[in-house]
Amino acid sequence: MAVATEGARLSIRGAGKRYGDLQAIADVTFDVGRNTILSIVGPSGCGKTTLLWSMSGLHGLSEGQVLLDGQAITGPHPEIGLVFQEANLLPWRNLMQNILFPWEVKRQKPDMAWIDHLVDRVGLKGFETRMPRELSGGMQQRASIVRALSLRPSVLLMDEPFGALDAFTREEMNRLVEEIWLETKTTIVFITHSIEEAIFLSDRVLVLSKRPGRVMADYPVPFPRPRSLETMASREVFDLTNRIKADIYGQTSLRAAAE
Amino acid sequence: MRDAIPEFNKSQPGGGVGLSGVSLAAGTGTRTRKEIAIILLVAVVVIGGLEVLLRWFEVPHYILPPPSAIAAALVKEFPLLLPHLRDTLICLFAGFGIGASIGLILAAVVTQKPFVEKVITPYILILVTTPMLALVPLLILRFGFGYTPRIIAVALAAGPMVMINAATGFRRTDSAKIALARSYGASVLQIFWKIRAPMALPMILVGLMIGAIFGLLTCVGAEMVGGGFGLGNRLTTYSSMINMPEFFAVIMILSIMGIVLYVLFFLIGKKWASWET
Ligand SMILES: Nc1ncnc2c1ncn2[C@@H]1O[C@H](COP(=O)(O)OP(=O)(O)O)[C@@H](O)[C@H]1O
Ligand SMILES: [Mg+2]
Repeated sequence: MAVATEGARLSIRGAGKRYGDLQAIADVTFDVGRNTILSIVGPSGCGKTTLLWSMSGLHGLSEGQVLLDGQAITGPHPEIGLVFQEANLLPWRNLMQNILFPWEVKRQKPDMAWIDHLVDRVGLKGFETRMPRELSGGMQQRASIVRALSLRPSVLLMDEPFGALDAFTREEMNRLVEEIWLETKTTIVFITHSIEEAIFLSDRVLVLSKRPGRVMADYPVPFPRPRSLETMASREVFDLTNRIKADIYGQTSLRAAAE
Repeated sequence: MRDAIPEFNKSQPGGGVGLSGVSLAAGTGTRTRKEIAIILLVAVVVIGGLEVLLRWFEVPHYILPPPSAIAAALVKEFPLLLPHLRDTLICLFAGFGIGASIGLILAAVVTQKPFVEKVITPYILILVTTPMLALVPLLILRFGFGYTPRIIAVALAAGPMVMINAATGFRRTDSAKIALARSYGASVLQIFWKIRAPMALPMILVGLMIGAIFGLLTCVGAEMVGGGFGLGNRLTTYSSMINMPEFFAVIMILSIMGIVLYVLFFLIGKKWASWET
Protein backbone atom coordinates (compact mmCIF):
# COMPACT_ATOMS: atom_id res chain seq x y z
CA MET A 1 0.00 0.00 0.00
CA ALA A 2 1.39 3.34 -1.05
CA VAL A 3 1.93 5.79 1.76
CA ALA A 4 2.10 9.53 1.34
CA THR A 5 4.99 11.49 2.75
CA GLU A 6 4.08 13.63 5.74
CA GLY A 7 3.22 17.18 4.66
CA ALA A 8 3.19 16.37 0.95
CA ARG A 9 0.29 17.68 -1.05
CA LEU A 10 0.68 15.20 -3.88
CA SER A 11 2.48 11.90 -3.71
CA ILE A 12 3.28 9.95 -6.85
CA ARG A 13 4.11 6.35 -6.00
CA GLY A 14 5.66 3.98 -8.51
CA ALA A 15 3.63 5.45 -11.35
CA GLY A 16 3.82 3.57 -14.65
CA LYS A 17 1.68 3.96 -17.74
CA ARG A 18 1.56 1.85 -20.86
CA TYR A 19 -0.27 2.63 -24.10
CA GLY A 20 -0.53 -0.86 -25.54
CA ASP A 21 3.08 -1.97 -26.00
CA LEU A 22 4.49 1.49 -25.43
CA GLN A 23 5.73 2.19 -21.94
CA ALA A 24 5.34 5.96 -21.56
CA ILE A 25 6.47 6.36 -17.95
CA ALA A 26 7.92 3.83 -15.50
CA ASP A 27 8.28 3.75 -11.75
CA VAL A 28 7.92 7.48 -11.18
CA THR A 29 8.00 8.40 -7.51
CA PHE A 30 8.12 11.88 -6.01
CA ASP A 31 6.24 14.23 -3.70
CA VAL A 32 5.01 17.76 -4.19
CA GLY A 33 5.17 19.87 -1.07
CA ARG A 34 2.21 21.97 0.02
CA ASN A 35 2.14 25.44 -1.60
CA THR A 36 5.31 24.83 -3.56
CA ILE A 37 6.05 25.04 -7.25
CA LEU A 38 7.59 21.94 -8.76
CA SER A 39 8.78 21.91 -12.35
CA ILE A 40 9.23 18.84 -14.47
CA VAL A 41 11.58 19.01 -17.43
CA GLY A 42 12.47 16.27 -19.87
CA PRO A 43 12.89 15.55 -23.55
CA SER A 44 9.74 15.69 -25.64
CA GLY A 45 7.87 12.41 -25.81
CA CYS A 46 9.26 11.25 -22.46
CA GLY A 47 5.82 11.08 -20.88
CA LYS A 48 5.38 14.44 -19.17
CA THR A 49 1.82 14.94 -20.38
CA THR A 50 1.05 11.31 -19.57
CA LEU A 51 2.27 11.86 -16.02
CA LEU A 52 0.35 15.09 -15.57
CA TRP A 53 -2.88 13.64 -16.92
CA SER A 54 -2.54 10.80 -14.42
CA MET A 55 -2.04 13.34 -11.64
CA SER A 56 -5.19 15.17 -12.74
CA GLY A 57 -7.23 11.97 -12.80
CA LEU A 58 -7.90 12.29 -16.53
CA HIS A 59 -6.56 8.82 -17.11
CA GLY A 60 -5.53 5.96 -14.85
CA LEU A 61 -2.10 4.47 -14.32
CA SER A 62 -0.99 0.99 -15.33
CA GLU A 63 1.02 0.74 -12.12
CA GLY A 64 1.30 2.82 -9.00
CA GLN A 65 -0.82 5.56 -7.53
CA VAL A 66 -1.27 9.29 -7.23
CA LEU A 67 -2.27 10.49 -3.79
CA LEU A 68 -3.76 13.88 -2.98
CA ASP A 69 -3.48 14.56 0.75
CA GLY A 70 -3.00 10.82 1.16
CA GLN A 71 -6.13 9.90 -0.83
CA ALA A 72 -5.77 8.00 -4.10
CA ILE A 73 -6.96 9.92 -7.16
CA THR A 74 -9.35 7.89 -9.28
CA GLY A 75 -10.87 10.53 -11.54
CA PRO A 76 -11.07 14.28 -12.18
CA HIS A 77 -10.89 16.00 -8.81
CA PRO A 78 -12.43 19.38 -7.93
CA GLU A 79 -9.32 20.42 -5.99
CA ILE A 80 -7.13 19.95 -9.05
CA GLY A 81 -7.02 22.42 -11.93
CA LEU A 82 -5.34 21.60 -15.21
CA VAL A 83 -3.90 24.09 -17.70
CA PHE A 84 -3.45 22.38 -21.02
CA GLN A 85 -0.62 22.42 -23.51
CA GLU A 86 -1.58 25.25 -25.89
CA ALA A 87 -4.47 27.29 -24.54
CA ASN A 88 -7.12 24.75 -25.55
CA LEU A 89 -9.88 27.35 -25.69
CA LEU A 90 -13.11 26.40 -27.44
CA PRO A 91 -13.02 28.49 -30.64
CA TRP A 92 -16.82 28.82 -30.87
CA ARG A 93 -17.05 30.54 -27.49
CA ASN A 94 -15.91 34.02 -26.63
CA LEU A 95 -13.39 34.62 -23.89
CA MET A 96 -15.89 34.89 -21.02
CA GLN A 97 -17.92 31.92 -22.27
CA ASN A 98 -14.69 29.94 -22.28
CA ILE A 99 -13.92 30.96 -18.73
CA LEU A 100 -17.43 30.02 -17.62
CA PHE A 101 -17.28 26.63 -19.36
CA PRO A 102 -16.26 24.66 -16.21
CA TRP A 103 -19.11 26.22 -14.25
CA GLU A 104 -21.54 25.35 -17.00
CA VAL A 105 -20.38 21.73 -17.02
CA LYS A 106 -20.67 21.57 -13.24
CA ARG A 107 -24.06 23.33 -13.35
CA GLN A 108 -22.91 25.80 -10.72
CA LYS A 109 -23.56 29.50 -10.48
CA PRO A 110 -20.24 31.14 -11.35
CA ASP A 111 -18.43 33.20 -8.75
CA MET A 112 -18.46 36.32 -10.90
CA ALA A 113 -16.69 38.56 -8.39
CA TRP A 114 -13.71 36.20 -8.30
CA ILE A 115 -13.77 35.66 -12.06
CA ASP A 116 -13.89 39.40 -12.79
CA HIS A 117 -11.03 39.89 -10.37
CA LEU A 118 -8.96 37.22 -12.14
CA VAL A 119 -9.77 38.61 -15.58
CA ASP A 120 -8.66 42.02 -14.38
CA ARG A 121 -5.51 40.66 -12.76
CA VAL A 122 -4.30 38.96 -15.91
CA GLY A 123 -5.10 42.06 -17.99
CA LEU A 124 -8.00 40.67 -20.00
CA LYS A 125 -10.56 43.19 -18.85
CA GLY A 126 -12.39 44.63 -21.85
CA PHE A 127 -11.76 41.51 -23.94
CA GLU A 128 -14.54 39.39 -22.46
CA THR A 129 -16.58 39.23 -25.65
CA ARG A 130 -13.65 38.64 -28.02
CA MET A 131 -13.43 35.32 -29.80
CA PRO A 132 -10.25 33.27 -29.22
CA ARG A 133 -9.03 33.83 -32.79
CA GLU A 134 -9.07 37.58 -32.13
CA LEU A 135 -6.66 37.16 -29.20
CA SER A 136 -2.89 36.73 -29.19
CA GLY A 137 -1.36 33.47 -28.01
CA GLY A 138 -0.43 35.04 -24.69
CA MET A 139 -3.96 36.33 -24.12
CA GLN A 140 -5.42 32.94 -24.97
CA GLN A 141 -3.14 31.25 -22.47
CA ARG A 142 -4.03 33.83 -19.82
CA ALA A 143 -7.70 33.11 -20.46
CA SER A 144 -7.06 29.41 -20.04
CA ILE A 145 -5.28 30.06 -16.75
CA VAL A 146 -8.24 32.11 -15.54
CA ARG A 147 -10.54 29.27 -16.62
CA ALA A 148 -8.53 26.84 -14.48
CA LEU A 149 -8.24 29.23 -11.51
CA SER A 150 -11.88 30.28 -11.53
CA LEU A 151 -12.88 27.15 -9.62
CA ARG A 152 -10.26 27.92 -6.95
CA PRO A 153 -8.35 24.67 -7.24
CA SER A 154 -5.75 24.19 -4.52
CA VAL A 155 -3.52 22.25 -6.92
CA LEU A 156 -2.71 23.63 -10.35
CA LEU A 157 -1.15 21.36 -12.96
CA MET A 158 0.30 23.21 -15.96
CA ASP A 159 1.37 21.35 -19.09
CA GLU A 160 3.94 23.35 -21.05
CA PRO A 161 1.56 26.30 -20.87
CA PHE A 162 3.90 28.77 -22.56
CA GLY A 163 5.67 26.47 -25.00
CA ALA A 164 4.12 28.19 -28.01
CA LEU A 165 4.81 31.75 -26.89
CA ASP A 166 7.70 34.02 -27.82
CA ALA A 167 10.45 34.60 -25.27
CA PHE A 168 9.24 38.02 -24.11
CA THR A 169 5.64 37.01 -23.62
CA ARG A 170 6.88 33.91 -21.89
CA GLU A 171 8.86 35.88 -19.30
CA GLU A 172 5.84 38.05 -18.59
CA MET A 173 3.71 34.95 -18.19
CA ASN A 174 6.23 33.42 -15.79
CA ARG A 175 6.02 36.50 -13.60
CA LEU A 176 2.24 36.24 -13.82
CA VAL A 177 2.32 32.63 -12.61
CA GLU A 178 4.54 33.58 -9.69
CA GLU A 179 2.21 36.41 -8.70
CA ILE A 180 -0.83 34.19 -8.97
CA TRP A 181 0.95 31.63 -6.84
CA LEU A 182 1.82 34.26 -4.21
CA GLU A 183 -1.80 35.41 -4.16
CA THR A 184 -3.64 32.09 -4.26
CA LYS A 185 -1.12 29.87 -2.47
CA THR A 186 -1.84 26.92 -4.68
CA THR A 187 0.45 23.96 -5.15
CA ILE A 188 1.74 24.09 -8.71
CA VAL A 189 3.22 21.37 -10.88
CA PHE A 190 4.67 22.98 -13.96
CA ILE A 191 5.82 21.08 -17.02
CA THR A 192 8.17 22.85 -19.37
CA HIS A 193 11.01 22.23 -21.73
CA SER A 194 12.60 25.54 -20.80
CA ILE A 195 15.18 25.05 -18.06
CA GLU A 196 15.30 28.80 -17.47
CA GLU A 197 11.56 28.88 -16.92
CA ALA A 198 11.78 25.93 -14.53
CA ILE A 199 14.50 27.56 -12.46
CA PHE A 200 12.79 30.96 -12.42
CA LEU A 201 9.52 29.53 -11.15
CA SER A 202 10.19 26.51 -9.02
CA ASP A 203 11.15 25.40 -5.57
CA ARG A 204 12.25 22.11 -7.11
CA VAL A 205 13.05 20.84 -10.58
CA LEU A 206 12.56 17.20 -11.53
CA VAL A 207 14.33 15.85 -14.59
CA LEU A 208 12.66 12.99 -16.43
CA SER A 209 14.68 10.57 -18.52
CA LYS A 210 13.71 9.85 -22.10
CA ARG A 211 10.97 7.33 -22.67
CA PRO A 212 10.02 5.50 -20.57
CA GLY A 213 10.15 8.56 -18.34
CA ARG A 214 11.73 8.03 -14.93
CA VAL A 215 12.85 10.62 -12.40
CA MET A 216 16.58 10.87 -13.08
CA ALA A 217 17.36 13.96 -11.00
CA ASP A 218 15.67 16.13 -8.42
CA TYR A 219 17.17 19.58 -7.74
CA PRO A 220 16.09 22.05 -5.06
CA VAL A 221 16.10 25.64 -6.30
CA PRO A 222 17.14 27.61 -3.23
CA PHE A 223 17.29 31.12 -4.71
CA PRO A 224 15.16 33.78 -2.97
CA ARG A 225 12.02 35.08 -4.66
CA PRO A 226 11.20 37.05 -6.64
CA ARG A 227 14.11 35.97 -8.79
CA SER A 228 15.62 39.05 -10.31
CA LEU A 229 17.52 39.33 -13.57
CA GLU A 230 20.71 39.36 -11.48
CA THR A 231 19.78 36.13 -9.75
CA MET A 232 18.89 34.54 -13.06
CA ALA A 233 22.25 35.63 -14.48
CA SER A 234 24.20 34.38 -11.45
CA ARG A 235 26.87 31.71 -11.39
CA GLU A 236 24.64 29.39 -9.30
CA VAL A 237 21.79 29.51 -11.79
CA PHE A 238 24.25 28.97 -14.63
CA ASP A 239 25.67 25.89 -12.90
CA LEU A 240 22.25 24.46 -12.12
CA THR A 241 21.17 25.04 -15.72
CA ASN A 242 24.20 23.17 -16.98
CA ARG A 243 23.67 20.25 -14.62
CA ILE A 244 20.09 19.89 -15.79
CA LYS A 245 21.23 20.15 -19.40
CA ALA A 246 23.84 17.50 -18.74
CA ASP A 247 21.15 15.24 -17.30
CA ILE A 248 18.93 15.73 -20.31
CA TYR A 249 21.52 15.42 -23.04
CA GLY A 250 23.72 13.00 -21.09
CA GLN A 251 26.74 15.10 -21.95
CA THR A 252 29.41 14.37 -19.36
CA SER A 253 31.64 17.11 -20.68
CA LEU A 254 29.01 19.71 -19.79
CA ARG A 255 28.61 18.17 -16.36
CA ALA A 256 32.35 18.36 -15.80
CA ALA A 257 32.33 22.00 -16.85
CA ALA A 258 29.57 22.73 -14.38
CA GLU A 259 31.32 21.09 -11.45
CA MET B 1 5.52 44.13 -25.57
CA ARG B 2 5.29 45.46 -22.04
CA ASP B 3 2.15 47.39 -22.85
CA ALA B 4 0.49 44.31 -24.26
CA ILE B 5 0.91 42.44 -21.00
CA PRO B 6 -0.08 44.73 -18.16
CA GLU B 7 1.34 44.32 -14.69
CA PHE B 8 -0.92 42.80 -12.11
CA ASN B 9 -1.49 45.88 -10.03
CA LYS B 10 -1.90 48.33 -12.88
CA SER B 11 -5.44 48.59 -14.12
CA GLN B 12 -5.97 48.35 -17.83
CA PRO B 13 -8.62 50.63 -19.29
CA GLY B 14 -10.98 48.53 -21.37
CA GLY B 15 -10.60 48.55 -25.13
CA GLY B 16 -7.12 50.05 -25.04
CA VAL B 17 -5.78 47.64 -27.61
CA GLY B 18 -7.19 48.18 -31.07
CA LEU B 19 -7.94 44.84 -32.64
CA SER B 20 -8.87 45.99 -36.09
CA GLY B 21 -12.45 44.68 -35.92
CA VAL B 22 -14.19 48.03 -36.13
CA SER B 23 -12.23 49.55 -38.96
CA LEU B 24 -12.38 46.30 -40.92
CA ALA B 25 -16.14 46.17 -40.57
CA ALA B 26 -16.46 49.75 -41.75
CA GLY B 27 -14.30 48.97 -44.75
CA THR B 28 -16.39 45.97 -45.70
CA GLY B 29 -19.55 48.01 -45.25
CA THR B 30 -18.70 50.65 -47.83
CA ARG B 31 -17.27 48.10 -50.22
CA THR B 32 -20.42 46.01 -49.94
CA ARG B 33 -22.59 48.95 -50.92
CA LYS B 34 -20.47 49.53 -54.00
CA GLU B 35 -20.55 45.82 -54.78
CA ILE B 36 -24.33 45.75 -54.49
CA ALA B 37 -24.60 48.65 -56.93
CA ILE B 38 -22.40 46.82 -59.44
CA ILE B 39 -24.28 43.56 -59.01
CA LEU B 40 -27.60 45.34 -59.61
CA LEU B 41 -26.18 47.16 -62.61
CA VAL B 42 -24.92 43.92 -64.16
CA ALA B 43 -28.31 42.28 -63.55
CA VAL B 44 -30.11 45.17 -65.26
CA VAL B 45 -27.72 45.05 -68.22
CA VAL B 46 -28.00 41.26 -68.60
CA ILE B 47 -31.79 41.13 -68.32
CA GLY B 48 -32.32 44.28 -70.37
CA GLY B 49 -29.80 43.09 -72.95
CA LEU B 50 -31.55 39.73 -73.19
CA GLU B 51 -34.88 41.47 -73.67
CA VAL B 52 -33.50 43.71 -76.43
CA LEU B 53 -31.63 40.89 -78.21
CA LEU B 54 -34.54 38.45 -78.10
CA ARG B 55 -36.85 41.11 -79.56
CA TRP B 56 -34.28 42.38 -82.08
CA PHE B 57 -33.67 38.92 -83.56
CA GLU B 58 -37.33 38.03 -83.19
CA VAL B 59 -36.54 34.79 -81.36
CA PRO B 60 -39.76 32.77 -81.18
CA HIS B 61 -41.34 32.54 -77.70
CA TYR B 62 -41.23 28.74 -77.72
CA ILE B 63 -37.43 28.85 -77.82
CA LEU B 64 -36.85 31.58 -75.24
CA PRO B 65 -39.45 34.14 -74.27
CA PRO B 66 -38.18 37.65 -73.40
CA PRO B 67 -37.84 38.46 -69.67
CA SER B 68 -40.82 40.82 -69.79
CA ALA B 69 -43.08 38.02 -71.04
CA ILE B 70 -41.80 35.71 -68.28
CA ALA B 71 -42.42 38.39 -65.65
CA ALA B 72 -45.92 38.98 -66.99
CA ALA B 73 -46.64 35.24 -66.94
CA LEU B 74 -45.28 35.01 -63.40
CA VAL B 75 -47.65 37.73 -62.22
CA LYS B 76 -50.64 36.37 -64.14
CA GLU B 77 -50.15 32.69 -63.26
CA PHE B 78 -48.95 33.14 -59.70
CA PRO B 79 -52.36 32.63 -58.03
CA LEU B 80 -52.74 29.42 -60.03
CA LEU B 81 -49.20 28.32 -59.19
CA LEU B 82 -49.56 29.00 -55.48
CA PRO B 83 -51.17 25.63 -54.55
CA HIS B 84 -48.47 23.85 -56.54
CA LEU B 85 -45.79 25.85 -54.77
CA ARG B 86 -47.37 24.76 -51.50
CA ASP B 87 -47.30 21.10 -52.61
CA THR B 88 -43.63 21.35 -53.57
CA LEU B 89 -42.76 23.00 -50.25
CA ILE B 90 -44.64 20.29 -48.33
CA CYS B 91 -42.71 17.55 -50.15
CA LEU B 92 -39.44 19.35 -49.77
CA PHE B 93 -39.76 20.19 -46.07
CA ALA B 94 -41.26 16.87 -45.04
CA GLY B 95 -38.71 14.87 -47.03
CA PHE B 96 -35.80 17.05 -46.01
CA GLY B 97 -36.91 17.10 -42.37
CA ILE B 98 -37.16 13.33 -42.21
CA GLY B 99 -33.99 12.67 -44.21
CA ALA B 100 -31.87 15.27 -42.42
CA SER B 101 -32.99 14.11 -38.96
CA ILE B 102 -32.19 10.48 -39.72
CA GLY B 103 -28.92 11.51 -41.36
CA LEU B 104 -27.87 13.63 -38.38
CA ILE B 105 -28.74 11.00 -35.81
CA LEU B 106 -27.02 8.26 -37.82
CA ALA B 107 -23.91 10.40 -38.21
CA ALA B 108 -23.76 11.20 -34.48
CA VAL B 109 -24.26 7.56 -33.47
CA VAL B 110 -22.14 5.90 -36.10
CA THR B 111 -19.06 8.07 -35.56
CA GLN B 112 -18.90 6.93 -31.93
CA LYS B 113 -17.96 3.45 -33.15
CA PRO B 114 -15.33 3.45 -35.90
CA PHE B 115 -16.09 -0.18 -36.77
CA VAL B 116 -19.83 0.42 -37.22
CA GLU B 117 -18.93 3.39 -39.37
CA LYS B 118 -16.72 1.28 -41.60
CA VAL B 119 -19.53 -1.23 -42.09
CA ILE B 120 -22.17 1.37 -42.84
CA THR B 121 -20.29 3.91 -44.95
CA PRO B 122 -20.32 1.99 -48.26
CA TYR B 123 -24.12 1.87 -48.19
CA ILE B 124 -24.35 5.56 -47.45
CA LEU B 125 -21.97 6.22 -50.34
CA ILE B 126 -24.20 4.19 -52.66
CA LEU B 127 -27.19 6.23 -51.48
CA VAL B 128 -25.29 9.47 -52.04
CA THR B 129 -24.15 8.60 -55.54
CA THR B 130 -27.34 6.96 -56.82
CA PRO B 131 -29.78 9.52 -58.23
CA MET B 132 -32.83 8.89 -56.07
CA LEU B 133 -34.98 10.14 -58.94
CA ALA B 134 -34.42 6.73 -60.55
CA LEU B 135 -36.38 5.14 -57.72
CA VAL B 136 -39.45 7.33 -58.13
CA PRO B 137 -41.32 5.10 -60.63
CA LEU B 138 -40.81 2.19 -58.26
CA LEU B 139 -41.95 4.25 -55.26
CA ILE B 140 -45.04 5.33 -57.18
CA LEU B 141 -45.89 1.70 -57.91
CA ARG B 142 -45.64 0.93 -54.23
CA PHE B 143 -47.07 4.13 -52.66
CA GLY B 144 -49.34 5.56 -55.34
CA PHE B 145 -49.47 9.09 -56.73
CA GLY B 146 -49.74 11.10 -53.49
CA TYR B 147 -47.10 12.90 -51.47
CA THR B 148 -45.60 9.73 -50.04
CA PRO B 149 -43.30 8.58 -52.86
CA ARG B 150 -42.05 12.13 -53.36
CA ILE B 151 -41.33 12.66 -49.67
CA ILE B 152 -39.49 9.35 -49.55
CA ALA B 153 -37.43 10.29 -52.61
CA VAL B 154 -36.51 13.68 -51.12
CA ALA B 155 -35.59 12.05 -47.81
CA LEU B 156 -33.45 9.50 -49.61
CA ALA B 157 -31.70 12.24 -51.57
CA ALA B 158 -31.13 14.63 -48.66
CA GLY B 159 -30.49 12.20 -45.79
CA PRO B 160 -27.28 10.52 -46.98
CA MET B 161 -25.89 13.87 -48.07
CA VAL B 162 -26.48 15.28 -44.59
CA MET B 163 -25.21 12.10 -42.99
CA ILE B 164 -21.91 11.95 -44.86
CA ASN B 165 -21.03 15.59 -44.19
CA ALA B 166 -22.17 15.50 -40.57
CA ALA B 167 -20.12 12.34 -40.04
CA THR B 168 -17.05 14.18 -41.31
CA GLY B 169 -17.83 16.85 -38.73
CA PHE B 170 -18.40 14.44 -35.84
CA ARG B 171 -15.22 12.56 -36.72
CA ARG B 172 -13.17 15.69 -36.07
CA THR B 173 -12.61 14.78 -32.45
CA ASP B 174 -10.12 16.88 -30.61
CA SER B 175 -8.89 14.80 -27.70
CA ALA B 176 -7.57 17.85 -25.85
CA LYS B 177 -10.99 19.55 -25.94
CA ILE B 178 -12.74 16.40 -24.82
CA ALA B 179 -10.16 16.00 -22.05
CA LEU B 180 -10.86 19.60 -21.04
CA ALA B 181 -14.54 18.81 -20.60
CA ARG B 182 -13.77 15.55 -18.81
CA SER B 183 -11.41 17.32 -16.42
CA TYR B 184 -14.44 19.22 -15.14
CA GLY B 185 -16.39 16.01 -14.80
CA ALA B 186 -18.50 16.39 -17.96
CA SER B 187 -20.86 13.51 -18.79
CA VAL B 188 -20.89 11.77 -22.16
CA LEU B 189 -23.98 13.78 -23.08
CA GLN B 190 -22.37 17.06 -22.05
CA ILE B 191 -19.30 16.22 -24.08
CA PHE B 192 -21.56 15.58 -27.04
CA TRP B 193 -23.56 18.80 -26.78
CA LYS B 194 -20.77 21.11 -25.62
CA ILE B 195 -17.80 19.79 -27.59
CA ARG B 196 -18.62 17.35 -30.38
CA ALA B 197 -21.74 19.04 -31.72
CA PRO B 198 -20.38 22.59 -31.93
CA MET B 199 -17.19 21.24 -33.45
CA ALA B 200 -19.21 19.38 -36.10
CA LEU B 201 -21.59 22.27 -36.74
CA PRO B 202 -19.78 23.85 -39.71
CA MET B 203 -19.77 20.52 -41.56
CA ILE B 204 -23.35 19.80 -40.51
CA LEU B 205 -24.44 23.09 -42.05
CA VAL B 206 -22.64 22.26 -45.28
CA GLY B 207 -24.43 18.90 -45.30
CA LEU B 208 -27.80 20.51 -44.64
CA MET B 209 -27.28 23.03 -47.42
CA ILE B 210 -26.27 20.45 -50.02
CA GLY B 211 -28.98 18.12 -48.76
CA ALA B 212 -31.63 20.81 -49.14
CA ILE B 213 -30.55 21.65 -52.69
CA PHE B 214 -30.45 17.95 -53.65
CA GLY B 215 -33.84 17.58 -51.99
CA LEU B 216 -35.26 20.37 -54.14
CA LEU B 217 -33.88 18.78 -57.32
CA THR B 218 -35.29 15.40 -56.41
CA CYS B 219 -38.61 16.89 -55.36
CA VAL B 220 -39.12 18.64 -58.69
CA GLY B 221 -37.97 15.58 -60.61
CA ALA B 222 -40.36 13.35 -58.70
CA GLU B 223 -43.19 15.78 -59.43
CA MET B 224 -42.39 15.68 -63.13
CA VAL B 225 -42.64 11.91 -63.06
CA GLY B 226 -45.46 11.63 -60.56
CA GLY B 227 -47.90 14.01 -62.25
CA GLY B 228 -50.99 15.71 -60.83
CA PHE B 229 -49.58 18.47 -58.64
CA GLY B 230 -46.45 20.36 -57.64
CA LEU B 231 -44.24 22.81 -59.51
CA GLY B 232 -42.44 19.98 -61.30
CA ASN B 233 -45.74 18.83 -62.67
CA ARG B 234 -46.46 22.37 -63.88
CA LEU B 235 -43.20 22.28 -65.82
CA THR B 236 -44.26 19.15 -67.76
CA THR B 237 -47.75 20.53 -68.29
CA TYR B 238 -46.63 23.96 -69.56
CA SER B 239 -43.95 22.53 -71.82
CA SER B 240 -46.37 20.03 -73.34
CA MET B 241 -48.68 22.94 -74.11
CA ILE B 242 -45.72 25.02 -75.32
CA ASN B 243 -46.61 27.76 -72.81
CA MET B 244 -43.05 28.94 -72.61
CA PRO B 245 -43.45 32.19 -70.60
CA GLU B 246 -45.36 30.21 -67.95
CA PHE B 247 -42.77 27.44 -68.09
CA PHE B 248 -39.98 29.89 -67.40
CA ALA B 249 -42.03 31.59 -64.71
CA VAL B 250 -42.01 28.24 -62.85
CA ILE B 251 -38.28 27.91 -63.45
CA MET B 252 -37.90 31.38 -61.92
CA ILE B 253 -39.81 30.32 -58.79
CA LEU B 254 -37.66 27.20 -58.48
CA SER B 255 -34.40 29.07 -58.78
CA ILE B 256 -35.57 31.60 -56.22
CA MET B 257 -36.36 28.70 -53.89
CA GLY B 258 -32.87 27.32 -54.41
CA ILE B 259 -31.29 30.70 -53.74
CA VAL B 260 -33.39 31.21 -50.61
CA LEU B 261 -32.26 27.82 -49.29
CA TYR B 262 -28.65 28.65 -50.02
CA VAL B 263 -28.81 32.10 -48.43
CA LEU B 264 -30.64 30.69 -45.40
CA PHE B 265 -27.89 28.20 -44.63
CA PHE B 266 -25.23 30.73 -45.49
CA LEU B 267 -26.64 33.13 -42.92
CA ILE B 268 -27.02 30.39 -40.30
CA GLY B 269 -23.41 29.42 -40.94
CA LYS B 270 -22.28 33.01 -40.65
CA LYS B 271 -24.01 33.34 -37.31
CA TRP B 272 -23.11 29.98 -35.74
CA ALA B 273 -20.07 28.63 -37.53
CA SER B 274 -18.03 31.70 -38.38
CA TRP B 275 -15.47 30.83 -35.70
CA GLU B 276 -13.90 28.36 -38.08
CA THR B 277 -12.77 30.79 -40.77
N1 LIG C 1 -3.23 8.25 -26.01
C1 LIG C 1 -2.06 7.73 -26.40
N2 LIG C 1 -2.01 6.55 -27.04
C2 LIG C 1 -0.83 6.01 -27.43
N3 LIG C 1 0.36 6.59 -27.23
C3 LIG C 1 0.39 7.77 -26.59
C4 LIG C 1 -0.82 8.41 -26.15
N4 LIG C 1 -0.49 9.58 -25.55
C5 LIG C 1 0.86 9.66 -25.62
N5 LIG C 1 1.38 8.58 -26.24
C6 LIG C 1 2.81 8.32 -26.45
O1 LIG C 1 3.43 8.28 -25.18
C7 LIG C 1 4.67 8.95 -25.20
C8 LIG C 1 4.68 10.05 -24.20
O2 LIG C 1 3.79 11.07 -24.62
P1 LIG C 1 3.57 12.42 -23.81
O3 LIG C 1 3.17 12.09 -22.42
O4 LIG C 1 2.63 13.26 -24.59
O5 LIG C 1 5.04 13.04 -23.83
P2 LIG C 1 5.52 14.53 -23.55
O6 LIG C 1 4.38 15.29 -22.97
O7 LIG C 1 6.67 14.38 -22.60
O8 LIG C 1 5.99 15.10 -24.84
C9 LIG C 1 4.87 9.42 -26.63
O9 LIG C 1 5.68 8.51 -27.30
C10 LIG C 1 3.48 9.44 -27.21
O10 LIG C 1 3.52 9.17 -28.59
MG1 LIG D 1 3.37 16.99 -23.64
